[in-house]
Amino acid sequence: MIKFLIKGILRDKSRSLLPVIVVSLGVFLTVFMSGWMKGIFGDMIDMNANYTMGHVKVMTRAYAENEEQIPNDLALLDVDALTRQLSAEYPNVEWVRRIMFGGLLDVPDENGETRAQGPAAGRAVDLLSPDFKEAERLNIPKSLVQGRMPQQQGEVLISDEFARRFNVAIGDDISILGSTMYGSMVVPTFTVCGTLNFGMAMLDRGAIIMDITDAELAFDMQDAAGELLGYFKDGQYNDDEALLMRESFNAVYSDVNDEFSPQMVRLRDEATLKQYLEMADNMSAMMVMIFVIAMSIVLWNTGLLGGLRRYTEYGVRLALGEEKGHIFRTIIYEALMIGSIGSVLGSALGIGISYYLQENGIDFSAMMKNVTMMMPTVYRAKVTPDLFYIGFIPGLLAMTLGNALAGYAIYKRKTAQLFKELEV
Amino acid sequence: MDNAIIQLNGLTKRFPVGSGYFTALSDIDLSFSKGEFAGLVGPSGSGKTTLLNIIGSLDVPSVGEATVLNHSIAGLNQKQAANLRNHHIGFIFQTYNLLPVYTVYENVEFALLLQKMSATERRKAVMQALEWVGLTDKEKSRPSMLSGGECQRVAIARSMVKKPEIVLADEPTANLDSKNSHHILQTMQKLNDELGVTFIFSTHDEKVMQYLKRKISLADGRVVADELAILSQ
Repeated sequence: MIKFLIKGILRDKSRSLLPVIVVSLGVFLTVFMSGWMKGIFGDMIDMNANYTMGHVKVMTRAYAENEEQIPNDLALLDVDALTRQLSAEYPNVEWVRRIMFGGLLDVPDENGETRAQGPAAGRAVDLLSPDFKEAERLNIPKSLVQGRMPQQQGEVLISDEFARRFNVAIGDDISILGSTMYGSMVVPTFTVCGTLNFGMAMLDRGAIIMDITDAELAFDMQDAAGELLGYFKDGQYNDDEALLMRESFNAVYSDVNDEFSPQMVRLRDEATLKQYLEMADNMSAMMVMIFVIAMSIVLWNTGLLGGLRRYTEYGVRLALGEEKGHIFRTIIYEALMIGSIGSVLGSALGIGISYYLQENGIDFSAMMKNVTMMMPTVYRAKVTPDLFYIGFIPGLLAMTLGNALAGYAIYKRKTAQLFKELEV
Repeated sequence: MDNAIIQLNGLTKRFPVGSGYFTALSDIDLSFSKGEFAGLVGPSGSGKTTLLNIIGSLDVPSVGEATVLNHSIAGLNQKQAANLRNHHIGFIFQTYNLLPVYTVYENVEFALLLQKMSATERRKAVMQALEWVGLTDKEKSRPSMLSGGECQRVAIARSMVKKPEIVLADEPTANLDSKNSHHILQTMQKLNDELGVTFIFSTHDEKVMQYLKRKISLADGRVVADELAILSQ
């Protein structure tokens, strides 16, 4: 009987073609949109984790409260000891120090006089360690436009946009007018060894990247750091584990009465990111729900039209001795077969295009020049294992549900009534 | 009748119409023996098709008793009724009602798929049925490639392939020209003679009446005459 049904599906295009197209299209949209959103939100999460938040972050309570102002006077102290403690307590997490700083970047001329000045946002990370992990995490080697990575203390990288605006060349000296963590004014001088383009408007405006030891020295922050970032060693953010860590750490170390006591936050605690992550989850769920409902209605109608067109066939089959229930079941079998074909095609197309966009991406940088959020300018999709079923199951479900609704009349009618209606 | 395979006693069929009823059949008493070649004749609305549907276990009487092959039609559940049709009753329709996407062979084979026969047995039975109606050379053709007469012969093969005891033919020649009508009726007559299958027609076609061995006239849902025919063929 299955062979008989397959022959019917293959030969009767009006029975199969439209439903296959509808299911394929719906599944494709679900898979592609899901992959696309996962890619964009995934990049945003990774970017936030890599550049600012880590998977978890430890700061003093006071620093956390005024984080936007980069208050290095409220930085963590005894960071070496704290890092050792954290490494012992959470062995699956790698801990890194970061110092953020703001200041006025001054470009001197050949006489040492100010040639150009502009506000700068600096980031000090471990660039000189041989393992190169932090540089890779911030995608610095791939973001280099000119020059090379810092190889010794006193060398810094600046944004390519900044370099072009102030006509700074590789090998030029620049000074930063800033303050130490104790409030004294400092004007350390560095040599530019390379320029960077992160492809993120927020990072590319006035960025300076230097080694952490340079920042410690320049801002008098030995054994201190604004932020201590933790990354799960497998590279994957685990929200449940991060939550447990935050709760256990804060219960022991954080004291509401001591503004200098350390406090841990997780990636998802970042206000904007939290909203985006929730939005991504909700949108995915909504998209699948809308798809199932919309496709079911479309396929229900397709099923009804197909059913009307095949009324005579059903009547003949009744007369030949097929049970109503069996006819109904064959309608469902057909729906499962057509739904499977449509779902496979739709999933393949969705995954294929998602893969292409994962590898190539679409560059929106021209439209994002003034964006202040930390988000990528090249949008990429992401192929994840759930794309293989996120559209397939709803596709099958919608087709089966639509046809079950259409075939329900056949199942429920009295045979005699049905036979009359079937106009045999 | 002792060897009756169909027995109708006081059969009445009413259909609800608005707040009342329309009586399609009224107090029918009939019996059919094995091997009969009988026809229900009468104008449209006389109740011929309703009676065929009840005999074919597609409908049930409102009052009275219909017994087919020792099965009380009113007492059959949906599954038992389908089983009775599947194994013992063949249908032939006015408009052939072949499944257009399937070949001649597959159309005839379909009835056997429901009986879960092996592929070899099915092949043998289908080819035999096509041989009865002279269409073995058309087994791979689709219905759209056949003439009306050939389509109806396929329909006959489909109804005969499971070797039923009873074949119910509802206006089988209504869409055929004279030549094809005679050809079809001769084919059915031959099957009736050779295999002893009981044929019951519903018709108002004079050509069919020429072949009937028994003619039952219906008018307004009642039997008005039941006579053995003097065959002209």
